[in-house]
Amino acid sequence: MAYSNKVLDHYNNPRNVGSLDKSAPTVGTGVVGAPECGDVMKLQIQVEGDRIVDAKFKTFGCGSAIASSSLATEWIKGKTLDEALKIQNTQIVEELSLPPVKIHCSVLAEDAIKAAIHDYKAKQESQTGAAQEGAKS
Amino acid sequence: MKLPIYMDYQATTPVDPRVLEAMLPYFTEHFGNAASRSHRFGWEAEEAVEKSRTQIADLIGASAKEIVFTSGSTESINLALKGAAEMYAEKGKHIITSQAEHKAVLDVAKHLEQQGFEVTYLQPDKSGRVSLESVAAAMRPDTILVALMWANNEVGTLNPIREVGALCHEKGVLFFTDATQAAGKIPVDVEADHVDMLCLSGHKIYGPKGIGVLYVRRKGPRVRLVPQIDGGGHERGMRSGTLNVPSIVGLGKACEIARTELASEYERTKALRDHLEKRIFTELDFVHLNGNREHRLPNNLNVSFAYVEGESLIMGISDVAVSSGSACTSASLEPSHVLRAMNVGEDLAHSSIRFGVGRATTMEDVDRAATSVIAAVRRLRELSPLYEMAQEGIDPKSVNWQAAH
Repeated sequence: MAYSNKVLDHYNNPRNVGSLDKSAPTVGTGVVGAPECGDVMKLQIQVEGDRIVDAKFKTFGCGSAIASSSLATEWIKGKTLDEALKIQNTQIVEELSLPPVKIHCSVLAEDAIKAAIHDYKAKQESQTGAAQEGAKS
Repeated sequence: MKLPIYMDYQATTPVDPRVLEAMLPYFTEHFGNAASRSHRFGWEAEEAVEKSRTQIADLIGASAKEIVFTSGSTESINLALKGAAEMYAEKGKHIITSQAEHKAVLDVAKHLEQQGFEVTYLQPDKSGRVSLESVAAAMRPDTILVALMWANNEVGTLNPIREVGALCHEKGVLFFTDATQAAGKIPVDVEADHVDMLCLSGHKIYGPKGIGVLYVRRKGPRVRLVPQIDGGGHERGMRSGTLNVPSIVGLGKACEIARTELASEYERTKALRDHLEKRIFTELDFVHLNGNREHRLPNNLNVSFAYVEGESLIMGISDVAVSSGSACTSASLEPSHVLRAMNVGEDLAHSSIRFGVGRATTMEDVDRAATSVIAAVRRLRELSPLYEMAQEGIDPKSVNWQAAH
């Protein structure tokens, strides 16, 4: 299978590889996929206000999966949460020229973004919830 | 050093220059039809074909008359299994094979099931080896055929052919073995090993593609087959069609070379394979051997690099040509059926790489490949969330993964 130059570039020079402190209240973590399926993506965001100021990823998967998640971190950095939620897998497919058999890689990357934002929001809600609980008592 | 380094000798091999040299006159100068009885052109071609038959028979301990030329192992398997099933259907309709066979056998077996035959698919052990006991236990009064590969094409595991052959002869059941990976690599003797039918292919043993043979035993027992290709009655009526003389000459030469160099090549390729294996297993953690340490082809190494996906690893070692059991490298999107039959686990199946060394491989090649693979695995593990978990002491297997495929 021939890979597009953009996939090769992300595979050879992945952007934003690493991990953020998953216990930090300003960090959202999304882990999607499963080892038996051959793809696991972990995508993390650091949020200030409603803006994603940093993003990191680690991916177990084929070159297209690595490239999709690398590209996703690049795209969401600097975006607001609402803007990041609008990213669609089809944009990733187009940008990386993914063949049909690799579309699931882009779906996984979109899912990872959504899962990370969901995790961040859930953390925030439980915190405000906890803060309100504290205020009541 | 020639790059990329070819380490996929189980997929195919280059034609040996000595083989090519033997073939060349038969394209232009000695172009006759081996079935032409009335002139020198035909006689020369027939003579060349008969010489090849002897060279092939000598490699496997058969007699020249027992060699039937085909287009390769897939056709030989079709002829052997369908031909025997149709011929002996009145005697019984039960066939025994294994889940780790090549798709050529499995797909023919499925076809026979649709024709009303009953097939038992034995499960190999964790090393990919089918036990004599499981074959014996599966035998029934209506069993007519056992089909068991000599050496597995993915993991290189050898089946107990001689023991199974003896059992089949004792029970009066025909025994077919797919020796595509074994012939020319390890000693094969259809007499001592009690084999009734055997296939091999030219391109796996430094011969041309598109030529192979089916060995069909002539006595003790005499095997009869219903032909699958009808025509001019070539090859004792078992396989019609004008003989591919240049390729047949090439296959004969390839078998002669394989036979004369078998012992030395066995030792040489084994030393190369062992060196590769040793480097991988000493320089990396979380690596698993797929296959049987004791009963294995000398030139095969199948390894799972946990927490690294096979296709991404292949991308990372672009200077080495290998193949993977990962779903992502196959058209079916299913991981290797062989590794699944061995209960390797789908996660490790996705992480498997098959290395094959061969006639042109040098120690320098192996060292460069090992260095390349080890560096790529380390780099990809830095990217792997599963490796991170493993280092934190969490077994990724213990996690309840939510994803569907």
